[in-house]
Amino acid sequence: MKRRSLLHYAIAAVGVLALLAGLALVPVFYKAHQPVFAGGMIVVLGIAVWIYTSARAYAYRYVVPGVLAVIVFIVFPMAYTLGISFTNYSSQHLLSRERATDVLLQKKIAGDASMNLKLFRVGDKYQLFFSSDDEGAPSYTSEPFAFPSGHDEQHVKLQTTTAEGVTGGQIVLLKDMFKLQPSLKQIAAVLPDGTELRQSSLRRFAQSKPAFKLQKDGSLVGTDDGHVLKPNVHTGFFEDAAGKPIEPGFRTTVGWQNYWRVFTDPTFHQPFLRIFTWTVAFASLNTLATFAIGIVLAVLLNWEALEFRGAYRMMLFLPYAVPAFISIPVFKGLFNENLGEINAAINLIFGSRPAWFSDPNLARSMVLLVNTWLGYPYMMILCMGLIKAIPDELYEASALAGAGPITNFFSITLPLILRPIAPLLIASFAFNFNNLTLIALLTSGGPDFLDTQVPAGATDLLVSYTYRIAFQDSGQNYALASAISSIVFLIVATLAVVNLRLFKVNRAS
Amino acid sequence: MPVVLKKSSRWRVLAAHIGLIIFIGLTLFPFLMIISISLRPGNFAGGSLIPHSFSLEHWKLALGMSYADTDGNMVHPPFPVLLWIWNSIKVSLISATVSLVLSITSAYAFARMRFRGKGTLLNGLLLLQMFPSVLALVAIYALFDRIGDYVPWLGVDSHWSLALAYTGGVAQHIWLIKGYFDSVPYELEEAARVDGATPFQAFVYVLLPMALPILVVVFVLAFLGGMIEYPVASVLLHDEQKLTLAIGSRLFLFNQRYLWGDFAATAILAGIPLTLIFMITQRWLVSGLTAGSVKG
Repeated sequence: MKRRSLLHYAIAAVGVLALLAGLALVPVFYKAHQPVFAGGMIVVLGIAVWIYTSARAYAYRYVVPGVLAVIVFIVFPMAYTLGISFTNYSSQHLLSRERATDVLLQKKIAGDASMNLKLFRVGDKYQLFFSSDDEGAPSYTSEPFAFPSGHDEQHVKLQTTTAEGVTGGQIVLLKDMFKLQPSLKQIAAVLPDGTELRQSSLRRFAQSKPAFKLQKDGSLVGTDDGHVLKPNVHTGFFEDAAGKPIEPGFRTTVGWQNYWRVFTDPTFHQPFLRIFTWTVAFASLNTLATFAIGIVLAVLLNWEALEFRGAYRMMLFLPYAVPAFISIPVFKGLFNENLGEINAAINLIFGSRPAWFSDPNLARSMVLLVNTWLGYPYMMILCMGLIKAIPDELYEASALAGAGPITNFFSITLPLILRPIAPLLIASFAFNFNNLTLIALLTSGGPDFLDTQVPAGATDLLVSYTYRIAFQDSGQNYALASAISSIVFLIVATLAVVNLRLFKVNRAS
Repeated sequence: MPVVLKKSSRWRVLAAHIGLIIFIGLTLFPFLMIISISLRPGNFAGGSLIPHSFSLEHWKLALGMSYADTDGNMVHPPFPVLLWIWNSIKVSLISATVSLVLSITSAYAFARMRFRGKGTLLNGLLLLQMFPSVLALVAIYALFDRIGDYVPWLGVDSHWSLALAYTGGVAQHIWLIKGYFDSVPYELEEAARVDGATPFQAFVYVLLPMALPILVVVFVLAFLGGMIEYPVASVLLHDEQKLTLAIGSRLFLFNQRYLWGDFAATAILAGIPLTLIFMITQRWLVSGLTAGSVKG
């Protein structure tokens, strides 16, 4: 009995800790200007407390951890992707509007006051001495201070002085001033009237003031000539009167614009169509090829007259067991046009070196070849399991009727295996449709099309195309990548539903 | 399959042997090649399958040791391979533990309890496990990038973030474990319940010890999944010291810096243990995949 209570207390303690951690997140979200998340968190915690205290929700106590994980780690990222696809999130529009406004508000322009600096060392501390260009204007000096050790700005107060330097101080020579540059940049010297001076050149400090002031309606007014910058929520930029955008841009909702671009803007539309066609062709050809090889091998390995089947099976399975991140680069090296072993062999026999990575058709064949190599063992194993389930009487009957192995294969094995394997073929199609690892590690999508404006290549799949749009070239357009990802989501969802139907039909029968 | 062996069958058997041996020879060629390359001096191709001269330089580098080349210069390992392997192991252990813990109780409820929405949830899980995380790469990156502004250890370039991002495998794990629970007879738990055990005690003290094999298998599969994952890691990790092996190994083969031999040794070093673990556990994975279709 003691054991029971310990375990229960331990789990209760974990629950309370999780609750406290969740509660601690609420203010964090709130501070991060995410009131929706803060509210959502409170609702989720409330439901959780109810589930774990109410007897009626007993079964859900067990269900919640897994389902919650699925929601947080699968559903939420999907929904978030969909959300991003309706914005303009990209390297040009990285910041939220608040942050973009802050960046502009922190812009400084030079003010009127500027003074010459002499730096004095007093013991292990320093003293600033400022003199004006105008004759008769007062000079200023500071108390001795130490340079800050961190990266924060340090305010140093100045008083008027009549002396021509600092008594007891030793002037810091120019070459030493260079060394102190980083520290001097952190100093803001404050005149008695509150004006702040910052370093403007090596031995000069100047007044700087914010370039813009924030208006109540969210627009910015220039402090020098009063020109107005208005935030444009359609373009995601602050714009001046002439409509000229001012960096940095901010994130804003743009509606269907990204989808519209994919389907109607020729710049994106044309590569999208080509890549889509290749993606479908690649996934179908690959599924067919691996299935064809897999089923033939499976039939052979289920043939009792054949010896050493265990050894064959193990060696045939090997390509699938070796991690893809290792075998794909191995192929990349073997296929290398100048240094690779495959071309060395072809050169020896045929006297030519095929351009595996620069000819579109050769590159596509290579991708197919490599992926068939990677995938056939999986199909083989699946088919072996399914063939074992076919009753032996069928073959005995057909043997009596005098049928050969080819007839057996086409009239018994294949028809009986097709239905149970259909969902797995669809799953394989969906997997290859999104096989980013293969493309990223083997060709990176190349060879690139020469006639498209956005970078896209002959072996790019839709996922690798979005990967390039989001994380590599062409301006890191996260929103556009999310839009294409969302389209692929739809395709995968369709496949998944069809798959579920087939799976259920199989179960029912 | 044929019951009676005729004379023509002998020829068929022979033909099958020859066909299989040729096919296996072709498919295993890359492996033989890579072993040869790892033992060959220098980083350039050329030479036969059996190396003319023999050198352990690539293996030394892969194991993090330096060596002196023929001119007496010290050659240092190009990349911290052992550190990458350790990073991979760390991330995979965390993610496998988290996802196993999160999926066990759900699988139990789906296998043993009745509650509203059970069928819908199960179908939902089956659908969701088909969605690959590559489609949500942008969201994953954007989320962790933003979380990192407030919680630095959970931002981009953090192993914790990567481990959490891998937890999406839970949907598949719940199905695998549930399938195994379904095959364990309910009687023992029932007996425990009659003796006054709560459902939770029956679960922890009766079912879980019997289900240990599937828990080990799911843990190992989740672990392997983390070890070999490429896309999410390539988006979340950038610092060379933080890379996992799966993304780090890519750095060996750039045209400007083509470290073919060093890559070969690294590939074998990392590949053999992973391959062995996978060979041992794959049976359960495949039977889990075909379970729905075969058993009916």
